[in-house]
Amino acid sequence: MSTVSEPTSTSRNPAVAATSFKRPRRRSGVEQKGSPLWGVLAWVVGLLFVTPVLWMLLTSFHSEVDAATNPPSLFAPLTLDAYRNFFGITGGGNPWPPLINSATASVGSTVLVLLLAIPAAYALSIKPVKKWTDVLFFLLSTKFLPIVAGLLPLFLFARTTGLLDNITLLTLLYTTMNLPIAIWMMRSFLAEVPVEMLEAAQLDGAGLVTILRRVVAPVALPGIAATALICFIFSWNELLLARTLTSVVAGTAPVYLTGFATSQGLFLAQVCAAAFVISLPVLVAGFAAQDKLVQGLSLGAVK
Amino acid sequence: MSPTEATPVHAPDLTPRQRTTYEQPQGAAARSRREARRRRLPLLPAMVLVVVATQLPFLVTIIVSFMDWNALRPDQRGFAGLDNYVSVFTNASTRSAVWTTIVLTVVVVGVSLVLGTLIALLLDRKFLGRGAVRTMMIAPFLVVPVAAALLWKHALLNPSFGLFNGVLTWVWSLFGSSSPPQVAWLQEYPLLAVEMSLIWQWTPFMMLIVLAGLQSKPLDVVEAARMDGAGALQIFRYLTFPHLRRYLELGGLLGSIYIVQNFDAVFIMTAGALGTANLPYTIYATFFQRQDYGLASAQGVVVVIGTIIIATFALRVVSSLFDEENAR
Repeated sequence: MSTVSEPTSTSRNPAVAATSFKRPRRRSGVEQKGSPLWGVLAWVVGLLFVTPVLWMLLTSFHSEVDAATNPPSLFAPLTLDAYRNFFGITGGGNPWPPLINSATASVGSTVLVLLLAIPAAYALSIKPVKKWTDVLFFLLSTKFLPIVAGLLPLFLFARTTGLLDNITLLTLLYTTMNLPIAIWMMRSFLAEVPVEMLEAAQLDGAGLVTILRRVVAPVALPGIAATALICFIFSWNELLLARTLTSVVAGTAPVYLTGFATSQGLFLAQVCAAAFVISLPVLVAGFAAQDKLVQGLSLGAVK
Repeated sequence: MSPTEATPVHAPDLTPRQRTTYEQPQGAAARSRREARRRRLPLLPAMVLVVVATQLPFLVTIIVSFMDWNALRPDQRGFAGLDNYVSVFTNASTRSAVWTTIVLTVVVVGVSLVLGTLIALLLDRKFLGRGAVRTMMIAPFLVVPVAAALLWKHALLNPSFGLFNGVLTWVWSLFGSSSPPQVAWLQEYPLLAVEMSLIWQWTPFMMLIVLAGLQSKPLDVVEAARMDGAGALQIFRYLTFPHLRRYLELGGLLGSIYIVQNFDAVFIMTAGALGTANLPYTIYATFFQRQDYGLASAQGVVVVIGTIIIATFALRVVSSLFDEENAR
């Protein structure tokens, strides 16, 4: 029986090996072309989704009178009045403290996340610790704990320690909020580092820091960038913690923006200008790094 | 990967003589303990911080949930037993919050997943300006959630000068009508309004994940299937869809995590009015408006238990994500 099965298996193996070897890494000219109708449909859908954003932008450049018309006035004269008002040039509020607070908390927590997540992901991917899947499960499960369920203790803690309305506490909390997802993402990116390179470095007697800096970092840099971008976006967007734990001094941009929800609701152009300015950092970062965003968001599900 | 197969890989610097000592039971045990500690070390700071910042507050929440603690009546603080839990389950507004959370999550995740997949299939084809369309599609996901909620509330759904009613007026005027239908969206369809804004924000997210899946699809297999005479539908059903499954599961899982916890849209657009109060908003209101710390904590614990049940179920389903990882 074995004599029968042996030749077939040997004759099949090279064929399998050959096809898997020939598999193209990137898609080439064999892409589906389809009729131009599909392209038109895609354009219609894309325009439909971007319209609210463009509408926000257009309205922000209208005067309040032109903004509040029905039917909409597409061709009303453009003005910077709403932006002058938002930035307090012609009276009104001062958005700089909240913008600076948001920048501090987002950039600060992103740096902290990277400092903590890279060694952790290294431990989980390249030198797997015992029960590493359990560790990953645990990390993901912390994301299932709704933030709102820890709100009261965090509030009480902040009040008793005098850290209420303090941007440092918010920065630390954003760090722990993003850390689990960051470790997940980093782990899949670090898994791309060839084991042979690590072994060679170890043979040369390199320590952890040297290995991370010289071997791991260059290979994993795009992944690190993607992780940083996503942490920055989540921190910049966060509202619930910021609203609970900050007020006057440490209020972030989204908290400042909620002030427009009711009191200034009728100043449509200014609401749109404020919404656009505060979204701008995320829009710019997101557009600049579209591919990395995709890679990061799929959490390396294929690897 | 088990430590037994990992150890030799990471101990390549052993000379044959050392290898002999390594195989002696005593030395091996000490060595592997030391090795294990060294491997765990880089993981520790992150784990300590995550445990302190997520598990500790939750423990306090559990303790407070058994207390009678209302900040408006500080003299009555004490042990309450199961009172808070009884009021969670007998309270009509909490029950409706549970229902709202479920409906919101299922509708938003379901619709944005289906829409996102269809749009990803469109964008996977080659056409003029594909990059531009993809950039346009991503925009909603990149608007700060508070800004998006404000945009929908004031610029799009406002009954007197929002874009939606404005377009209705404009279209009707094309046909010479001066009495177009004008809808008070947020008053008449409050939950639908919140769902629309969230679907608009999350469809691009789903589209991105599915698109990443589509572009990693091995094309030679598809080519071979087409040679063998498989139709477009058959290719989708038997090749594309199974390949996409894990991406769809991942999108559903991540989307659910964030939509269940959604606070911004409900808070800004309706402030929880007209049956749109989901659990996060309800807890926030119990905490800040009624200042009933005990009840708010009990609500929080119930949410966590509910989420854990759903999450365990979801992770079982999504465990295909882990199968492949283990094979590495």
